[in-house]
Amino acid sequence: MAVRKNQANLTATEKRDFVDAILELKRTGRYDEFISTHNAFIMSDTDNGERTGHRSPSFLPWHRKFLLQFEEALQSVTPSVTLPYWDWTVDRSPRSSLWAEDFLGGDGRSGDGRVTSGQFAFGSGKWPMNIRVDGRTFLRRALGAGVRDLPTRAEVDRVLAMTTYDAAPWNSSSDSFRNNVEGWRGPNLHNRVHVWVGGQMTTGASPNDPVFWLHHCFIDKLWADWQRLHPRSGYLPTTGTTNVVALNDTMKPWNDVTPADMLDHTRFYTYA
Amino acid sequence: MSRPSRRLVLHRGAAGLAGAVLAGPAAVAAAPAAHARPAADKDHPRAHGPAGHEMPEPFDEIYEGRHIEGWPEEGGHGGHGGHDGPHEGMGFVVRIDNDDLHVMENANGSWVSVVNHYETFTSPRGVARAAVRELNGADLVPVVTG
Ligand SMILES: [Cu+2]
Ligand SMILES: [Cu+2]
Repeated sequence: MAVRKNQANLTATEKRDFVDAILELKRTGRYDEFISTHNAFIMSDTDNGERTGHRSPSFLPWHRKFLLQFEEALQSVTPSVTLPYWDWTVDRSPRSSLWAEDFLGGDGRSGDGRVTSGQFAFGSGKWPMNIRVDGRTFLRRALGAGVRDLPTRAEVDRVLAMTTYDAAPWNSSSDSFRNNVEGWRGPNLHNRVHVWVGGQMTTGASPNDPVFWLHHCFIDKLWADWQRLHPRSGYLPTTGTTNVVALNDTMKPWNDVTPADMLDHTRFYTYA
Repeated sequence: MSRPSRRLVLHRGAAGLAGAVLAGPAAVAAAPAAHARPAADKDHPRAHGPAGHEMPEPFDEIYEGRHIEGWPEEGGHGGHGGHDGPHEGMGFVVRIDNDDLHVMENANGSWVSVVNHYETFTSPRGVARAAVRELNGADLVPVVTG
């Protein structure tokens, strides 16, 4: 059984294997396919139209499947690799080991925001932005510039206490656990972290920054934590609802996986 | 990628950036484009009726050296309805130096763009200005999907 660990607890070897597997996916073009798939949903998920990946109930199961697929791709390179998660309620500083030279590399430099350290720095030649929203071909970050602080544990706990998974109108205005985790309402959890990292992470092409996976892995863990806290609250909606994915509807782009299939993460991995 | 305006856009972007540095962002932002429509002079807060959201005003200005403009999409639905196609949910056209900035209206009447996708702005003009700041002189490129 694969165990997903807190990134702060990875050994030097585990960090290196994870980074190297990502670089190998980048080299073969598979990494960029994940970005363009994500783009398709970022562009088409709307509050009043069809919505699958974002601003809708299936935000959590869709990203769970998306991360599983990415993790499987990493494991096709190095079988022992699993996705680590970034608990940004604890590791909340640009000086965190997450941003060290031996892992994801550091903050962007002043002026153009270019990341200059680590394997994902443009200068390494291994991390070009091929799928992008603007002409810049280098990874950028601006840690803590777009918003000063990452969400706190108290804010996370406030959201985890919510009892209803999701609610009409099933979009960015819903008063629900899902929408508060996603961040369109309440203390702003998921969205705020994208903005805190800055650079590509604030854009629709956010998977260009490998921290995307560690961030979403923690969001995925929060869903599992919420399930444990509320054993009698399930995924909603359970019956067909216009424009959104109900419990037993299949999700694009896979068309063979439903939110129900994704509810129990322990079928695939556990969290340490 | 192959639009004829690309080279022009790059030049204008570079020239605009220099202008912004010389004049200061505030001064440049305050100067409307010569051909701005009168209705575009102010960033109107919008009335929110129970029947839905009013379409924001068109705008056309030079902001930090970049030409930003926006107008309701022809036959636009403000993101409402179940239309298929590439412009689903795109009820407002926003351009920066003639390149499309994909924008989207949220259920509460706020806006996001493909450049600032995880924070909301009160108007398409606000989202266009935020994109200019984020672009830092770079040109928009068409987004690859699927
Ligand atoms: Cu996403
Ligand atoms: Cu995200």
